[in-house]
Amino acid sequence: MSVFDDKKVIIIGDRDGIPGPAMEECLKSTSAEVVFSSTECFV
Amino acid sequence: MTYAVVKGAGYILVHTPDMVLHNGTTQTTERIINPDSDYLKELPNHLRSFDEVVEYLPNQVYIGNMTPEELGKYEQPWVDKKAEGASKVGKFGEIMPQDEFIGLMKIVDTFDLVKLSKEFSVEVTKKLEDHHFISKDLISRIKEGEEIEEIEKLIKDQGAEPLYNNGEVVGCVKRAHDVDTNLSAHVIFENLAVKASGTLAALNLVEKNNINPEDVEYVIECSEEACGDMNQRGGGNFAKSIAEMAGFVNATGSDTRGFCAGPTHSVIEAAALVQAGVYKNVVVVGGGATAKLGMNGKDHVKKGLPILEDVLGGFALLIGENDGINPVLRTDLVGRHTVGTGSSPQAVITSLVTAPLDKGNLKITDIDKYSVEMQNPDITKPAGAGDVPKANYKMIAALGVKRNDIEKSELNSFIEKHGMEGWAPTQGHIPSGVPYVGFGREDILSGKINRAMIVGKGSLFLGRMTNLFDGVSIVMEKNSGKVEEEKGVSEEEIRKLVAEAMRDFASHLLEN
Repeated sequence: MSVFDDKKVIIIGDRDGIPGPAMEECLKSTSAEVVFSSTECFV
Repeated sequence: MTYAVVKGAGYILVHTPDMVLHNGTTQTTERIINPDSDYLKELPNHLRSFDEVVEYLPNQVYIGNMTPEELGKYEQPWVDKKAEGASKVGKFGEIMPQDEFIGLMKIVDTFDLVKLSKEFSVEVTKKLEDHHFISKDLISRIKEGEEIEEIEKLIKDQGAEPLYNNGEVVGCVKRAHDVDTNLSAHVIFENLAVKASGTLAALNLVEKNNINPEDVEYVIECSEEACGDMNQRGGGNFAKSIAEMAGFVNATGSDTRGFCAGPTHSVIEAAALVQAGVYKNVVVVGGGATAKLGMNGKDHVKKGLPILEDVLGGFALLIGENDGINPVLRTDLVGRHTVGTGSSPQAVITSLVTAPLDKGNLKITDIDKYSVEMQNPDITKPAGAGDVPKANYKMIAALGVKRNDIEKSELNSFIEKHGMEGWAPTQGHIPSGVPYVGFGREDILSGKINRAMIVGKGSLFLGRMTNLFDGVSIVMEKNSGKVEEEKGVSEEEIRKLVAEAMRDFASHLLEN
C-alpha cells in the first residue's frame, strides 16, 4: 500500500531536477490518479 | 580527422533598468493583471545603478575580468559584495550602459523604426564617440533625431513602444505594419534588442581576438526570438542581419533554435560545417532577451534584494579550421537527448554526459570541467529555483558513482573539482553551456586543463508542440598539434594502403 494509492496527484516537475513525466512513471505502480502533470522551467 | 577549433570568444552584458520596468514580461503581465500592485510600486526602489552592475562579481566573471575559480572563493550570496578594481571593459567583452545601447538599437535599425529625440541623439552620439571601438561609420547612423512631441504622438496614436532612459521617454520603436502582430512595435523592440546585443557581442569577438571580419564565412544566430511577418512568423534571419552590422561582408548565415539549448546545438553545427570543409570560419552568436528582464523580480523584491535580472546578455564564438593550437571540438564525442531517451535524471545525464564519454573510452573524471546550465545562484536561490549548476553537477557525480568512475565519498570533491559556481544572468540561452567556452579555451591553451564538456539543455515544452525537453553536448579538448597529419591522409588510411599493396604483391608472388 503506497501513500499515493487512491489519491489524486498534481505533479509539478523541474527540468533541471525531476521532470513531470519521470514522476508520472514512478506513480504507475500505485493506484494514484495523476490529474495534472507539468514540467516547468525556472530559468 | 580534422576537427574544428575554438578561435575566440566575446561576451557582453547590457544594463537595462528601464527595460526591466517596461519590457520584462513579469512586469508587463503584472501591469495588466494587477496595475496597482505593491510589487510595481516597490520595484523602482530595487533597481541597481550602472556602477553597482559593473561591480557585481558574477558580471565581472561574465566579461572575463575574474575567473570562475576566483568567484568560487567568495562566500554566497554575492549581491552584498563588490569586485575590487571592477571595470566595464573586460578581457572577453564589455558591460554597456542603457543609453549607449538605445543608441546601438538605432544604429542597427535598417528600416527607420527607431526614433530618438534630438536631444538624446546628440547626447548618445557623444557618448558612443568615447566608446573604445565603435566605429564612426556605425555612430553616424544615429542621425539628427526627432522632436519629442513627434515621438509622443507616435506612442499615443500609432502604438509605438516607448524607449525610456532614467524614467524619461527618449525615443520609441514604431510598429512595422498596421495589422500584422508579428511586426508590432513590441516584437520589433524585442528583435532589435536581440540584434543590437548580438551585434555588440560579434563586434567584441572581433575586437578582443584580432579577427579580420572579412574572414568570417558563415554566422549561426542562436537566441530565442523569432523574426518574420504574418506569412512566415519565424522566417529569420537574425544571423545575416548581425553579420551585416559586424562587417562580415563575406558571410551569410541562418538562425538555429532550440530554446536554451540553441547555443550548444549551434556550436556542434558550426564545428561540423568547418570540419566538413564547407566554411573556414563560422561565428556562433546570440543576443539577449528583454522579455526575461526581472523574470524573478517578485521574489527579489519580496526578499529585499535588488533586481538582479537587470542585464541583457550576449555572446559570440569563432569556430575555425584546425590551426594546431586552439582547442578542438570533438564532433565524435557529441551527446544528445533523443526522443526515446526518457526524462529520468539518470537517462538524461547518461545521454548527455556518459554516452559521448563511452564513445571515446573516457571516464567521467577525464573531463576536467563541465559547463552545464551556468545560471547565477544569487538570482535563482531566492526565487526558489535552487542552485541550477550544482543540481546538474550532483547528477553527473551520482552517475559517476554508479559507473564506479568515482567513490561515493568523492562525490563532493568531484563537484568541487569538475564543477563551477554559476555566473551567467538568467537569460535562457545565455547561461546554457557556452559561458565557459571563453575560459575553457584559455584554460586549455595554458595547460591548466585538457578537456571540457559543454552541455546545453532546452525546455521545448514551453512552445507547446511537444512535452519533451532537449539537450546536447560536445567535448572541447587540447589540440594535439598534428594539423598536417590530420589535413592529409590519416595514419589509418596509410596503414590500409600499405596493407593493400603488400597483399597485392604477395598474390603476385603466389601466382608466379
